[in-house]
This record gives sequence, C-alpha cells and structure tokens, in this order.
Amino acid sequence: MARVAVTVPASAKRGEVIEIKTLAAHVMETGFRRTQTGELLPRDIITDFVCTYNGVEVFRAELHQAVAANPLIAFTTVATESGTLEFKWTGDNGYVATHKAELKIV
Amino acid sequence: MRAAALFLAAFCACTQAGEIPLAERRSGYEFMGRETRAMQDDDTTNPALFALLDGETLWNRADGAAGRACAACHGDAAQSMKGVAARYPAIVGAKPLNLEQRINACRVEKQRAAAFAYESKELLALTAYVARQSRGLPIAIEANDTTRPFIDAGRALYERRQGQLNLACSQCHDDNWGRSLAGTPIPQAHPTGYPIYRLEWQAMGSLERRLRNCMIGARAEPYAYGSPEMVELELYLMWRARGMKLETPAVRP
Amino acid sequence: MTTRRQFLALACGTLAASELRAQLDPNIQAKRKAALDAAISKVVGDAPVRAGRVKLDVPPLIDNGNTVPITVTVDSPMTAASYVKAIHIFTEKNPQPYVITAHLGPRAGRATLSTRARIADTGRVIAIAQLSDGSYWSDTVSVIVTLSACLEDGLI
Repeated sequence: MARVAVTVPASAKRGEVIEIKTLAAHVMETGFRRTQTGELLPRDIITDFVCTYNGVEVFRAELHQAVAANPLIAFTTVATESGTLEFKWTGDNGYVATHKAELKIV
Repeated sequence: MRAAALFLAAFCACTQAGEIPLAERRSGYEFMGRETRAMQDDDTTNPALFALLDGETLWNRADGAAGRACAACHGDAAQSMKGVAARYPAIVGAKPLNLEQRINACRVEKQRAAAFAYESKELLALTAYVARQSRGLPIAIEANDTTRPFIDAGRALYERRQGQLNLACSQCHDDNWGRSLAGTPIPQAHPTGYPIYRLEWQAMGSLERRLRNCMIGARAEPYAYGSPEMVELELYLMWRARGMKLETPAVRP
Repeated sequence: MTTRRQFLALACGTLAASELRAQLDPNIQAKRKAALDAAISKVVGDAPVRAGRVKLDVPPLIDNGNTVPITVTVDSPMTAASYVKAIHIFTEKNPQPYVITAHLGPRAGRATLSTRARIADTGRVIAIAQLSDGSYWSDTVSVIVTLSACLEDGLI
C-alpha cells in the first residue's frame, strides 16, 4: 500500500507561513546494492514530488537515489486562502501516491 | 577482519565490570546523536510511523477462518494493550513467549489464521502497534519462581563467549559500554524500544533480528528466530532493563 | 559482420572489465570529484557559485549514513521581486552525488527545505541556492559518517 503521512496545520491566519512535513513509505532502492548472491537490485525510487494549493503548484522536488528510505520532505508555504493542499509523489515502476489536506483561514 | 578481531580481543581483555548497577543503566537513546533522538521524538516524522499505521489497520481487520479482528476481542488497543509489551516475554503455559509469538498464537488459535513470518512487515507492524500502547511505561518483568529459571538461562547465554571472535554479549555491553567500537558508541543493550526503526536497516526490525546481528558480528552461528534460546535471552534482557521506560517505536542507528 | 555470439562475448568482456575497474580504481577520488563537478555544472551551467546566503544544517558526526537529517535555509525576502527559485543538495562521496532539487517561489514564504539523505562516507555536503536574479549561492559542510561496527547477513 502506498502509505504517506502529511502534517499540515488545520487552520492558519491569512499570510501566515505554515510548515508542511511529508513522509512517504518507500524503500528508495538505489540500484547500487547487491544481494548476497551478487545480483544487482534494480533501482526503485520516488523521483518527483509536487504540492499544489487550490490547484496552483507551490512546491516541487526531484528526488535521486541519495534520498533516504521513507523520504521526508518538509517545506513552507504562505496561507493565502482557505482550500485544499494536494500532494503527489511519483516514481519508478508506476509508483503514485496522493494526499489531500484542508486548510482553513481563520 | 583479523585486525578487527585482534583489536576486539585486546579491547575486551582490558576491563571486567560485571553487571551494570540499576541506577547507572541508560537507554540506547542516550548514546545517539541529537538528530537521531529528534527523529525518534517527533511522532509526525518518526520513520516508524508507517509501521504503526499498518499495525492499526491489521488490528482492526477481520482475518482468518474465524473472521475476527484483534479489535473484536480486545477492543481499543490504547486501553486493552496498555502495559502489555512491558510484561513480555511472559510465561505462557510452561515456557516464555515473546510478544511476536503471543500475537501469532492469538492469530492461530483465536483468528484461525496463518501465523505471520518472523520479520514480516505485518508481524513487525502489529507488534509495534501493540508495544506502542505501552510507551512511557516501566518494563515490568519480575524474577519469581516461574520466571527465574528462564531468566537465569538467558543470563548464561548473555555471559557465554561465542563465535570466532569468542565474545560474550556482556563483554561489550556490561564491561565496555560507553566506549567506542569502530567509531560508534557501545550502548548497554537495553531492549527499551522494540520493534525499532533502525537506520542501518532502513526498516523496522525485532529484538531478535538485532540479537542475530550481534551474533553474526561476533562470527557466531545465530540462534533461529523464535528458538528457546532467543526468547530466554530476550527475557533476561527485559528483566535486566526492568523499571526502564518503553520507547516503542524507537529509532536506532 | 559481428555474430550474436561474438557480440555477447565482447559485451560481457567489456562489462566485466569495467566492473573490475570500478572496484579497483586507484583514481577514485578524482573520479568522484569529476562526478560531483559534473552534477553541479548540470544544475548551474557556467554561472559562478558564491559562498554565502545559504545555511546548510547537517550533523557534523553522523550516527548512520543511511538517514541523515538535512535542513537548508536561504537568506531571502521571498517576495515577488526577490526569491529563491531552487535549492539543490549534493554529496561528495556517493556513487551518484545528486541528492535532491526543490523548486520554490515567493509563495513559500520562507526559503527552507528539510529532508533526509544517504551519505556513503565521510566527506562534504553541498547546498546550492538558485536565486530569482539568476545568481547561485552555496554552503558546504564536512561531515564524518560512522559506520555500524558489526556486519549483518543480507544485502551488501
């Protein structure tokens, strides 16, 4: 199962900078490791992460093999309006994970 | 490798401290760097959180021929499982069972489902979820007439030299804790946070996996998962850590 | 004309030879530097990279190189007129030096990125920020990676 965990405050003041912490359950297999019998384990990583805020991209990342297993990506955004933050991870072998979080301006 | 062995032999010959006094016991947490401790402390980014989420799902999922979930009998784990992990391994019938074995016994007998394999994602997740309910509680293993023979057997294994390096667990973890081995600090080997997310594994793992890791490191043939020796060793280690607080899910390097 | 058999023999031979070279390369340091330089120039092109404005937080002594917490913050007002466009992280000793690139803009409010990286060995970690005016700034930190004392069976 494509598990992800996202921490976003439920509400914020308009103009407040909010911190967003994201974690995705993924082995991030580098493609450099071998089994005990010497077979190379093929690369299997998350390559892209995007966060949109009411449909507008506010953050994007490109990941490589050196990002640790179960990748953590934490960043900030300005709370501009009430709405939905959408998160999408994509990677090798058709990996896709998504998450939505509601943010309310108070 | 030979240099390492010679180094170890010389290093272990130099001190003989014996059992650690109760007041001087320290969790492996205290031997970690600030950043690794922070990783354990933040519930929202502790990499073990996925195991807890999976464990919760398994707890509530009907399974086996009986079609029952753990929750169907035990209800809310936060209530029913509170303090349970602090008492394991526990004597069930005539022998000690560790938490993983207890969970699997429940699966086989009550859910009539197949036992989860050792170190499977499922068994680690369910064990972590159950043990999480005891976080912050003191380890409560008592030495009494029932447990003492098994604790003593575990202690004998802990103090017995083994493997090509001819090392006993106690030589590192009683006699030389706090010193360094290949640049990393030697902890006191208290099983306060299992199952753990170990950075070296980049995954969750059980106390038995950690013990096997040490045995392989000493070039010894490790005991099989679930073997009586393993469980006795676990029981001794938990008794040795009695009163210390459970941290599950801990992060360790 | 090359037969299928000849081609396979040739391909295997070349592969085996290159693998051996990869393991025994006496020039590994130069190769790593070249790989790092190549990865960085792929991102910055010919533009100069100046030290400053960027703060790279990474523990100087790393418990385990598999999961190293890294935070990069850049000194920027993050307004529509002046902001950080991207933050890039590289390591010196990894087989592949590129760790991550984050694209941000004025809507981030603050120019900061936290992640966890794999760092294979003691060496430098480099963070580069690309600003909206086209300039590049960086911070470099040397870290010591401690390795697990005992090996385990399993993956190599």
